[in-house]
Amino acid sequence: MTLPGLFRAALFFAALTALPFVLTAHWIVNLGVFTLIYAGLASAWNLVGGLAGYPSLGHAAFFGAGAYAEAIYFQHRDVGADGLTPFFVLPLVGAAVAVLGLAVGWIAMRTRSDVFAIVTITLLFVAQTLAFNLNSITGGSQGIGMPGAPFDVDSYERPFYLVLVIILAFAMGATWAAMRSGVGLSLRAVAADEQRARGIGVHVTGVKLLAFAVSVGIAGMIGAVWAYYVSFVYPQFAIDPLITIGMVLMAYLGGRGTLWGPVLGALILVPAQQYLAYQYGATQLYLIAYAAVFLLIMLLMPRGILPSLSHLLRRRAARASEPADQTPADAVPTAEEMVR
Amino acid sequence: MTALLEVDHLTKRFGGVTAVDDCSFTADGGAITGLIGPNGSGKTTVFNLVTGYLRADSGRIAFAGHAFTRPDPAALYRRGLSRTFQQARIFPELCALDNLIVAAGHPWRSLFAPRRGKADTARARALLDEFGLAAHGEHPAGSLSYGQRKLLEFASVLMSEPKLVLLDEPTAGVTPSLVATMERHIRRRHAAGIGFLIVEHDMNLVMRLCDPVIVLDRGARIAAGPPDAVRADPAVLDAYLGD
Repeated sequence: MTLPGLFRAALFFAALTALPFVLTAHWIVNLGVFTLIYAGLASAWNLVGGLAGYPSLGHAAFFGAGAYAEAIYFQHRDVGADGLTPFFVLPLVGAAVAVLGLAVGWIAMRTRSDVFAIVTITLLFVAQTLAFNLNSITGGSQGIGMPGAPFDVDSYERPFYLVLVIILAFAMGATWAAMRSGVGLSLRAVAADEQRARGIGVHVTGVKLLAFAVSVGIAGMIGAVWAYYVSFVYPQFAIDPLITIGMVLMAYLGGRGTLWGPVLGALILVPAQQYLAYQYGATQLYLIAYAAVFLLIMLLMPRGILPSLSHLLRRRAARASEPADQTPADAVPTAEEMVR
Repeated sequence: MTALLEVDHLTKRFGGVTAVDDCSFTADGGAITGLIGPNGSGKTTVFNLVTGYLRADSGRIAFAGHAFTRPDPAALYRRGLSRTFQQARIFPELCALDNLIVAAGHPWRSLFAPRRGKADTARARALLDEFGLAAHGEHPAGSLSYGQRKLLEFASVLMSEPKLVLLDEPTAGVTPSLVATMERHIRRRHAAGIGFLIVEHDMNLVMRLCDPVIVLDRGARIAAGPPDAVRADPAVLDAYLGD
């Protein structure tokens, strides 16, 4: 990472960490928790949907798997006097969900693009149906309750918030590490032309399964934190198509395949969604407003905010430096520029 | 001494059409072998069968002493057989330099090292230099001209230090000056010890560059030999000029 890049990341995470200590109002920290949930999910989704070009619509199934794993484990167990035990098992939950993802990905990733999207959204509904019907494990539509967290009422959300900051840092760290290594390069080759990539010795199956497993593992950990936070897990909320759609929209909005794009998308969309729901919730108009915001940005910046902006800046710079503009119109920013 | 690439009785049918019909030939590691034939004679299909992009109905190939009944592009690439495509398949969003580095064909564990390793980067830059693309190293490959893409694709398959390179119409659709450039690059690499198998429509180029020349018609081999002999072969004349 370049020095400015490192500085930017340090500043961002310092500000994120400081926020719940400065602004302590419950509604702000609560909004922060949900923004971080989606920032982490969008960032994780980006590993598969952005870098590898596999538009998974099934990530909510793994979010749900993590949520159920956490809830089932702690259903009859103590969360510890300090309430932190559910956080300590997160790496375990993540690893378990990643292994599950490896098996699912091994089958699902034999399909590509739109077929892959359909296969994965089918998976989501299969998982939801299972959650509704495996009564003895999931409690069916009755849901599963988790013991409440014994945190101080004044700063109840803060521990969840901070754990989610760590998970987001992990997701972005994984993305950054992928981008600077041969893994990211291989994934980009897979996204562009998988058949040719295989033909020139790229470890196609290996890298895409790795990306999928890490991606859904992170989604599972976030699901587990969510389960503990809301402390009651129902099938329709834990395995919700809206969660999938949310993370995909945010990654598209900010810029697929970039390090900061999905996070930026979440920072814009989650508060916007909450605000619109609050203002126009009664009339359902908020859903239309939400869609309108999205359409507008897609219309003006079809590749997402960050790639479009960086393209614009590069063209301006190119025009300033050389009078004969040699930058072709279809130039796209490289991975290198996005990491910087 | 067996040839580097041996193609043995390959047959491929698409529905009722026999695209490749019991086709056998060899390509030597020290030669520039030409594969010609009228349009639709099955040249590209042969390429796809040999490199494993298509599965043959029957027949087998052997490369570098290894028999393959089901050739796999990745396995062949690791053993030193690489190919280019008629339509210059490059990765448009990757910069030219990364297009080369991604083709280096490294084992698994090196994937976790920085993607621009010193050795790889130096080799890739040298190749870009050799192919006159040094100025475009950091530009997205999608911004290159068609001819430059063909050069880039050619350069990228050299990253793995192959023994045999299959070029599918290396000069189709490029300017005359680039035809000469392409020829120069092929000759230089041939002199450095790489074998070539080339599908090409530019007969002048084939006749001065390739020896031997293999002629296909309707999926079957109808002639093979030095260019002058092939040119005089009545069966070849008939295939190109006959009914």
